[in-house]
Amino acid sequence: MPAATPSVVAPACPTEIAVELTGVSFGYDRKRPVLAGIDMSIPRGKLVAIMGGSGCGKTTILRLIGGQLRPQQGRITVAGQDVAALDRDGLFAMRRKIGMLFQFGALFTDLSVFENVAFPMREHTELPDELIRDLVLMKLNAVGLRGAAQLRPSELSGGMARRVALARAIALDPMLVMYDEPFAGLDPISLGVVGQLIRKLNDALGITSVVVTHDIYESLKIVDYIYFVSEGRIVAQGTPDAVRASSESFVRQFVDGAPDGPVPFHYPARPLDEEFARAG
Amino acid sequence: MPASTAAVALRRIGRATLNSVERLGFAARFSVAVLVHSPSALRRLRLTLREIYFSGVLSLVIILVSGLFVGMVLALQGYDVLTRYGANESLGVLVALSLVRELGPVVAGLLFASRAGSAITAEIGLMKTTEQLSAMEMMAVDPLARVVAPRFFGGILSMPLLAALFSTLGIFGAYLVGVRLIGIDAGSFWGNMQAAVDFRYDIVNGIIKSVVFGIAVSLIAVFEGYNARPTAEGVSTATTRTVVASSLSILALDFVLTVFMFRGLGV
Repeated sequence: MPAATPSVVAPACPTEIAVELTGVSFGYDRKRPVLAGIDMSIPRGKLVAIMGGSGCGKTTILRLIGGQLRPQQGRITVAGQDVAALDRDGLFAMRRKIGMLFQFGALFTDLSVFENVAFPMREHTELPDELIRDLVLMKLNAVGLRGAAQLRPSELSGGMARRVALARAIALDPMLVMYDEPFAGLDPISLGVVGQLIRKLNDALGITSVVVTHDIYESLKIVDYIYFVSEGRIVAQGTPDAVRASSESFVRQFVDGAPDGPVPFHYPARPLDEEFARAG
Repeated sequence: MPASTAAVALRRIGRATLNSVERLGFAARFSVAVLVHSPSALRRLRLTLREIYFSGVLSLVIILVSGLFVGMVLALQGYDVLTRYGANESLGVLVALSLVRELGPVVAGLLFASRAGSAITAEIGLMKTTEQLSAMEMMAVDPLARVVAPRFFGGILSMPLLAALFSTLGIFGAYLVGVRLIGIDAGSFWGNMQAAVDFRYDIVNGIIKSVVFGIAVSLIAVFEGYNARPTAEGVSTATTRTVVASSLSILALDFVLTVFMFRGLGV
């Protein structure tokens, strides 16, 4: 992994790269850049977390990797393919090799759990119904929800919905799975279950995983490598052990949950005395 | 100071105009994209049939009940006026022509916009809010083909059927009031109607109107839903816009179509 930004640990030995971002900049409008010169490389088979405060651009990185957004500068490659250079058909062909788990599952509310997991298979394969049934039940079994196949998404708890979405994300045996805030709003048991599932599926299926989250404790337990993003830049990176031992101020504030630090408590404003003098 | 106020006003007008033109252009591009993806609605026949059920079958109650009452009221009002001129036996003609040419397509269109159009917008808008459309895109499935095209086609196919049923129930309501309640001769009620209503001139034109209204309402509904801001307020605003824009479009299109279809009126 490159150490293009302040690093808390020496990069790991380069292996085959699944996803690479080089000098990526992006903004939803010209006035407010969201990402500024992001460099990141994710080796095949690894589980990598992208962490940072709310609104720092983490989800935008996932959308850029998936080709839903195009970088204004820089280059993004997935399995060696330049994402921005792909046309619509090429992009869709690439996405068939990618699974994505959205923040609250994004299950299709008009379909049952079974049909949600079967959805990518029905859309992209000509498999007979019997085979689809077996594959769907295997995927649901992998996330422990074979018995919930006939439930509707509205009948699931948050943790169950996340697990169904995970089964759907791996339905076509992707090479890369991206997770957008997979731990948000989960109770401790569901959180542990989802965390362990992400790790086990990554290892068992040999996929590459990118997890966007701000749950530092769960991430430290399961991931191989962590990137910290703040104000559109990578401010630190390293393995979980290196992160725990780090004295880097942003990492410490994040790990310790300190209210003030490199990420300030106060939104930028005029000095207090000036504000009250004006009011008086 | 007045100059600066004028400049600000001018800037606002300019910005509003630019935004409107941009939105219009965006809507035109969206419409073309929907039409390009329309054949996929035929390939996904089950989805399209499901949408016909949701926008058509589930709208039946409001359409049938409204049609019945509109027909009954038309009969009461029409009888009152026709009696003054000694033409009360033309009640069937009056009701049938009013319904087939105008009220059937227009009122059914307005009800369709309120009942089905708003539901389509809200459903697509909520799918967007809950990232279902993004999830679909990330699964390499085009939401325009999977979500929008079946709803668009379902609306177009439902609308003429609903308008026809509205007119049918309206005529039946007029029969109940005119023949059963007031006592007009049933033979003259049906006979005059049959003689005066022309299939090509009246019924086909009415069907054409309802198809055009179906296209307008369905297109507006899917456009507003697909481009709703992904918030609760955004979906609510989009739903309201669908009803308002659809209703105004129906009334404006009705005028234009009537001018072209019924030139014998002397326009």
